Amino acid sequence: MTFLGMPAFAPRGVGHLRGDEPFPAAARTALGNSQMRRNLRHATTTIRGKSGRVIAELPDWQDLRSAGSAIKADVMSRLPELLEELETRVTTAGGTVHWAADANEANEIVTRLVRETGSDRVIKVKSMATQEIALNEALEAAGITPVETDLAELIVQLGEDKPSHILVPAIHRNRSEIREIFLRAMPGVDPSLTDDPPVLAAAARRYLRETFLSTRVAVSGANFAIAETGTLAVVESEGNGRMCLTLPDTLITVMGIEKILPTWRDLEVFLQLLPRASTGERMNPYTTMWTGVTPGDGPQNFHLVLLDNGRSAVLADEVGRQALHCIRCSACLNVCPVYERTGGHAYGSVYPGPIGAILSPQLTGIEDNASLPYASTLCGACFDACPVKIDIPSILVHLRNQAPHPRAERAVMATASRVMQNPRLYARAQRAAKLARIVGRRGRGLPPPFSGWTAGRDLPEFPDQTFRDWWAAR
Amino acid sequence: MSSRDLILGRVRAALRDAPPAVAPVPRDYRREFPAADLEILVDRLVDYKAEVYRVPPSEVAATVTAITSRAAAASAPASSAAGNDAAVSRDAAVLVPPGLPEAWRPAGAFPDDGLAPDRIAAADAVLTAAAVAVAETGTIVLDASPDQGRRIITLLPDVHIIVLRPSQVVASVPEAVARLTPGRPLTWISGPSATSDIELNRVEGVHGPRHLHVILLEGDDGD
Repeated sequence: MTFLGMPAFAPRGVGHLRGDEPFPAAARTALGNSQMRRNLRHATTTIRGKSGRVIAELPDWQDLRSAGSAIKADVMSRLPELLEELETRVTTAGGTVHWAADANEANEIVTRLVRETGSDRVIKVKSMATQEIALNEALEAAGITPVETDLAELIVQLGEDKPSHILVPAIHRNRSEIREIFLRAMPGVDPSLTDDPPVLAAAARRYLRETFLSTRVAVSGANFAIAETGTLAVVESEGNGRMCLTLPDTLITVMGIEKILPTWRDLEVFLQLLPRASTGERMNPYTTMWTGVTPGDGPQNFHLVLLDNGRSAVLADEVGRQALHCIRCSACLNVCPVYERTGGHAYGSVYPGPIGAILSPQLTGIEDNASLPYASTLCGACFDACPVKIDIPSILVHLRNQAPHPRAERAVMATASRVMQNPRLYARAQRAAKLARIVGRRGRGLPPPFSGWTAGRDLPEFPDQTFRDWWAAR
Repeated sequence: MSSRDLILGRVRAALRDAPPAVAPVPRDYRREFPAADLEILVDRLVDYKAEVYRVPPSEVAATVTAITSRAAAASAPASSAAGNDAAVSRDAAVLVPPGLPEAWRPAGAFPDDGLAPDRIAAADAVLTAAAVAVAETGTIVLDASPDQGRRIITLLPDVHIIVLRPSQVVASVPEAVARLTPGRPLTWISGPSATSDIELNRVEGVHGPRHLHVILLEGDDGD
């Protein structure tokens, strides 16, 4: 039973934060897909090169990272007052603010708001928050058709697939696979479609044009919300975001409570960090900023849905709360040796890669994603790449300590701890360790019940003489 | 208990039980910049496949006409290109915001007076001014002032032509953020519509205007 007012995890039974199987099992399956591994290696290599080049153009990149990190820490430390300030500003500017404690409530609010417009279709801008809460499924259950308008989301939706990357949900698909999906599932597509990327992009343009012009409700996420002014910002590339944020009568934005920035000026930091870290551009093609409702320009009804869904529980962890600093750039995915090989689906959550490995278990409670903190080699590349300096490796280790461990492992570790604290016991244990050479000869591993430990590791070679013995005999 | 009170209560409880260390934000990144270098702006714009023209204010209208007639010739079917001069020589329908300076308007300009979306989409091009441009990133920001118009007019036509005054160009993002007014609807544009969704390579031309032309005024800073 949870107590009202205490931080709460994202509820079970709704949303896309929990996988069907633990990471090691899902990763084993994914590693067998050599086409996907080739696609991922190609895409992540491309983006690492582009991103590295444009980051090198800024002499103050490290200073920007430090500022970004400190601004986010400041946001977390006074989140309640900033949320209230944002609510006041948005309301004053003509918007309506809704509060959703979890995925179920957010889905109910959005469904009700769409129903009130009388529309049976919504156009959507790519949004991690709405993926997290499975809004599309909720809308479909209510007889409302959600149309994803981001090219990669469209590829995923038409392919009846799942997103595998934060920024490019169809990163696991190459051009010829995308062509096949379009030929199979895009109504009215030209049968002579080639796999040339501009041709594929043009096909999406033709397909969605009429939908953009005739749909009266849009649903979006938000990259930033400025508490001081009530301004919302969506950063995008294709112009589908501009379409959704400009053409409809009603705009519904679903945003995690951690996305807030205190002041207008803080944008000067994040608009430099985000594009260079995410798509490797000096600036993304389009960014839209709006404040409530502007008479005669854009949607005349604006609703902002503020979503908790486990975020307050993340905030309650002194070490783990840094995960809420994430600006969803996906740089950590692109540099991760584990992600590059397993792809995003293996993580089981809409948040894959290193950031997913620390965010998903904290949003759901560690029991529901206990294997994710181990989906890492702790190499630290993600920490270096993160534009807001989230110390992902430290949080991974912190979460590994919280994850449930088998009784035998706990007993062994407790014993090891006692032995290592006592010099005489330790010396005896070192000599006894030579026995391990007898039970587990090199290359063969330990016998049960310890065989699991050596299944993926080599036993160290123990010397004939310990250092202590050598020192005593010297 | 409302969800608002519930969420705020949860957040307060989380911070109360584990109070965060508060430190001032270090703003050691660059905040003093030299005057904007127009050559850098042009370089960045061209890098993102925008086309740039540097002309005096008196030649804006003629430059727009040259752009639209080339666009018309390029999109005309090859079979009709030879004999059918009428299609090419008619004045292009250039949509302009109501506050655009008269001197910039080419023949065939028609103002947005609350046009329906299909009329806007049917325009051959849209011609606007801008609020601010950032040299370092090749970005132009529109703020819906009368010489830039409603956001919809720069979204549906396939060709967007922007007239930029040198005094509107700043070197960096922080300067642009400082110049802009937060309450206005803002559109930051860096090149034509593009996507990186296919194998993470940038491809121009998805839903927004597929062609971006920038007329950078020379000499006198205009009106």
